[in-house]
Amino acid sequence: MAELRPDLRTILARIEPGSRALDVGCGDGVLMAALRDRSQVDARGIEIDGACVERCVAQGLSVVQGDADRDLAFYPDGAFDYAILSQTLQTAARPDHMLAELLRVGRRAFVSFPNFAYWRMRWALVSRGRMPVTRHLPVSWYETANIHHVTVKDFEELAASLGIAIENRWFFTREREISGSGANWRAEYALFEVSRAG
Amino acid sequence: MSNPHRTITLPDPLPLDSGQVLAGVEIAYETYGTLNADKSNAILVCHALTGDQYLASTHPITGKPGWWERMVGPGLPIDTDRYHVICANVIGSCMGSTGPASLAPDGAPYGMRFPVITIRDMVRGLVGLLDGLGIGTLHAVVGGSMGGMQALSLAANFPDRAARVLAIATTARHSAQNIAFHEVGRQAIMADPDWREGDYYADGKAPDAGLAVARMAAHITYLSEEGLTEKFGRRLQDRSEKTFGFDADFQVESYLRYQGSGFTRRFDANSYLYITRAMDYFDIAEEHAKDANEGKLADAFAGSRARFCLVSFDSDWLYPTAESRHVVHALNAAGAPVSFVELSAPFGHDSFLLDVPALDRVVKGFLDG
Repeated sequence: MAELRPDLRTILARIEPGSRALDVGCGDGVLMAALRDRSQVDARGIEIDGACVERCVAQGLSVVQGDADRDLAFYPDGAFDYAILSQTLQTAARPDHMLAELLRVGRRAFVSFPNFAYWRMRWALVSRGRMPVTRHLPVSWYETANIHHVTVKDFEELAASLGIAIENRWFFTREREISGSGANWRAEYALFEVSRAG
Repeated sequence: MSNPHRTITLPDPLPLDSGQVLAGVEIAYETYGTLNADKSNAILVCHALTGDQYLASTHPITGKPGWWERMVGPGLPIDTDRYHVICANVIGSCMGSTGPASLAPDGAPYGMRFPVITIRDMVRGLVGLLDGLGIGTLHAVVGGSMGGMQALSLAANFPDRAARVLAIATTARHSAQNIAFHEVGRQAIMADPDWREGDYYADGKAPDAGLAVARMAAHITYLSEEGLTEKFGRRLQDRSEKTFGFDADFQVESYLRYQGSGFTRRFDANSYLYITRAMDYFDIAEEHAKDANEGKLADAFAGSRARFCLVSFDSDWLYPTAESRHVVHALNAAGAPVSFVELSAPFGHDSFLLDVPALDRVVKGFLDG
């Protein structure tokens, strides 16, 4: 088994064996395969890239080629125990709608995203006066799929305004988990476990 | 009349959607690979409109290879070293299964006395075959085009008979455009003076001209414009100039005429009428409508425990990707495990029969997974 990215490892460890999970933007299906093989999770995926979907199906994974902005609507309420959106929130047409949809189809959701307030980002913007191009956000502003840059603080505020409860949060820099202190400066990317409040 | 094909006779009369009953139904079939001891490795492949049971073996009339030999065989995506693959001629067709050319109980061919059938009726016949072979739950049911309709219909109507459902380049309902093209074909057959209300079997003079036109019109819908342009363009056939006449000046005309006349040697015109009718009547949601309400496709699959995989092709304008997505959304709503991918291939609807390596990978991955 290939080494999973640390945020995916965390998600894998948090998801209860035998549960149902929807991986939105599942890519090559690496997390889905781990969920299936290690935790007997009934994992389903949505992925926009046809070549990725083909590789998923060739592994026997249930993945639908589609656009999460549009196709989540076809899943019934509460169809999954968990919805997963890893490194994809910033590409959504409306991240607020996406979050609401994740917690409509899933009881809980895992959401990870690159933190635009990471100090290297800030430094790149301040020192060079240009949109940062980093290891984690490697594409120039005009061709990036990341149309809604977001920071740790932004996400926490959005969750509060949507009435979404933050159950857990993890922060990562250079593929290592770091402590939560000063995360909005120090974290390259963040992972949140959220649920419907109430 | 002895049947040159391998057949099974269903012990019970087949109840049809029309309310009629068909007795003494024969189903002609071929198998490839070995059935295992607990009969759990059977895959049923359903054929398209003009297909037949000669899936991976030489066609007895044309002498051509089986219609899916590139997909089915030892070490191929539908691996006959692993699976016992069954393919049967649908009822209404003309390669050994009971159809309009078969003899009715009075000893004369049915002709137009054959009852109008549906895709679900074809599937009832196939399930009858599975019963006869002692196969309970299929490892998978697989089909492209009309074969995909049968696969979906089997999943909806006999949810415990298949663990996997692979439906390629297909739809859950025939569109107005689909019906329209079929009506052109039927009218071509019925306008042929040799059709004689379908009663043409006695003297061997069949409505070949009409059937050929039907095939020509349909064949256009199986190809993409890009494919036609690339293959033929405006090139002339064996001549350097236009003849200012109505011979097949253009290569594309010559090709279509060849396709049309070749088809009449292996296919019965009445079967073409009945099978296209069955396809036009196909609407799984309507079949499963409760009361007078418009049916919801998701309801049709509510009882299914199968895994599904749908595949469409970007150049297929007969059953375009939107139709597959429609099925996928219904399966999502029904909570069924479903995969879907739109593959890129230049060959139009016929892509499912042709060299598309990505399809091979998807088929193998889904069936083995």
